[in-house]
Amino acid sequence: MTQTREDVPLIFERSQPGRRGVTPPVTEGAPLETLLGREHLRSEPPRLPEVSELDLVRHYTNLAHRQFSIDGNVYPLGSCTMKYNPKVHEEAASLFSDVHPEQDDGSVQGTLGLLWHLARDLSEITGMDQVTLQPAAGAHGELTGILMIRAFHEANGEGAQRRTVIVPDAAHGTNPATAGMVGYDVVEVPTGEDGEVDVGALRAALGPDTAAVMLTNPSTVGIFEGRILEIAEAAHAVGAQVYYDGANLNAIVGKARPGDMGFDVVHLNLHKTFTTPHGGGGPGTGPVGVKAHLAPFLPGPVIEREGERYVVQEDRPNSVGRMRSHHGNVGNLVRAYAYIRSLGPDGLADVAEKAVLNANYLRKRLEEQGFSMAYDRTCMHEFVAQPPGELRTLDLAKALLDEGMHPMTVYFPLVVKEAMMVEPTETEALETLDAYAEALGRVTRRAQQDAEWLAGAPYMTPVRRLDEVLAARTPILRWTPSEAVDAVQGEAAD
Amino acid sequence: MNIPESLRYARTHEWISELEADVYTVGISDFAQDQLGDVVFVELPTVGDTVSAGDAVAVVESVKTASDIYAPVSGTIEAVNDDLESAPEVINEEPYAGGWLFRIKPEDASQRDDLLDAEGYRAVCEEES
Repeated sequence: MTQTREDVPLIFERSQPGRRGVTPPVTEGAPLETLLGREHLRSEPPRLPEVSELDLVRHYTNLAHRQFSIDGNVYPLGSCTMKYNPKVHEEAASLFSDVHPEQDDGSVQGTLGLLWHLARDLSEITGMDQVTLQPAAGAHGELTGILMIRAFHEANGEGAQRRTVIVPDAAHGTNPATAGMVGYDVVEVPTGEDGEVDVGALRAALGPDTAAVMLTNPSTVGIFEGRILEIAEAAHAVGAQVYYDGANLNAIVGKARPGDMGFDVVHLNLHKTFTTPHGGGGPGTGPVGVKAHLAPFLPGPVIEREGERYVVQEDRPNSVGRMRSHHGNVGNLVRAYAYIRSLGPDGLADVAEKAVLNANYLRKRLEEQGFSMAYDRTCMHEFVAQPPGELRTLDLAKALLDEGMHPMTVYFPLVVKEAMMVEPTETEALETLDAYAEALGRVTRRAQQDAEWLAGAPYMTPVRRLDEVLAARTPILRWTPSEAVDAVQGEAAD
Repeated sequence: MNIPESLRYARTHEWISELEADVYTVGISDFAQDQLGDVVFVELPTVGDTVSAGDAVAVVESVKTASDIYAPVSGTIEAVNDDLESAPEVINEEPYAGGWLFRIKPEDASQRDDLLDAEGYRAVCEEES
């Protein structure tokens, strides 16, 4: 991480009246009013920062140097699958950058063909019958999936009867939020001491009012739900649908299929398992797969193959409707397709094996460093650790930043006290895993001896420990010119 | 850990006290505020709402987590502590005084007897810490 001074000015604060980075072209021939129509012309210029091209390049280069990314160092955020995004994907995506979504189908047969093949591959990987590529993120995929489940129950005349969605207490927050958004009441079931969902409590919660059960497998604490077949059977016995949150697919991709476990709907996070840009590099992409009985409700349009041609099928009377414009985030879909095709079935299975191996190796290395495991058993692609003694996870996470490494996910899941959720992914090498365990051990030992040092950490980062309370209570979310003027005048007065 | 003898407690860390005949004050315990960390936001119920014991009626959000607050008894919400909206930190500072969340008129006053006394609640906290 590059050390830069703390108060990098905003691009607007670099602005100098009249300075230009580009010179817009002069229109030739007819005046702009005629070409565009007067209603489309501005009466006054937009308020844009006035900077030279070099100012602009320096500004964003400096910001980029302050950014922590997977290209810079290890980033083992549990539940987020922060793995390396191969650079060849960028080359593949660039091949599609000149395609316009409004082009007619005949001129974009290659793009439609890629999307059709991707949907088919994702169906095969998840054990589903059909896939929509539209949703723009995992949570958006959840919304799409639960809307389809609602449409299914309504079509069966059970819309009014089925009022509840069951989620485990360790679920991703998006699961209950999605159910709530679709209008369902959420019933929470506890996690057992072995880290698996409490099947007895789940059975007791199931009834004629259950619309769906939402689960991840492996679960949110990184444990494989060994009784998944029994759970799916029990849910189906009362007429409920079983929803698979694909956030943890990286642990089983190429090895096991949600469709074979009894799931009816699956959403995938392409930005996790399938290495499309993540976080700040987004947008996310959350395809949804369904079994055949839910296919009529898929968002339209869908791409179909007729002989050698790919056509966009708009006529979908039972569809829940369009979830996003055009065909979704096509650039990301191309990247995911490139990933699947470059690894192939064996390569994908290897991903899951190494992701699980890496997680278990790091779990053992952290135990050596004095950390305890919330669930003391072989994990899948991630695990939940707890710090030794009275140490607080947040403090250790802050101290780890000075080692140049990104902390794990902290305080999730909520059911584990001082939770540290670690997911190294398959792309980290043995030496990196060792270095991470040793760095965490180092800061922990120092923390046990020097509380004052710990309270002040981190010391080396561009910004030190932030006041999270102030940030949450009174965030300043928008820059306004008057504040900038005040700041500049304040500086001049100093 | 401060667990006043005069109050009753729910396993889910709410306290309840008798303000006057038929009106109870509800808040969260010192243990609960300590576990949550700095509180940054509170969502309170609506005055006049009828709630059942165990219903999630409020949300307390801290830098670490968001936590549901459950009604310890069934009844009607009589008042809420609006001051918390601008000063949620009072929950950390005075969990048993200025940090109260809402007042409830119980359906059945004897429900309060089903809750834990200070000794019983201390055992719950020790189990969880």
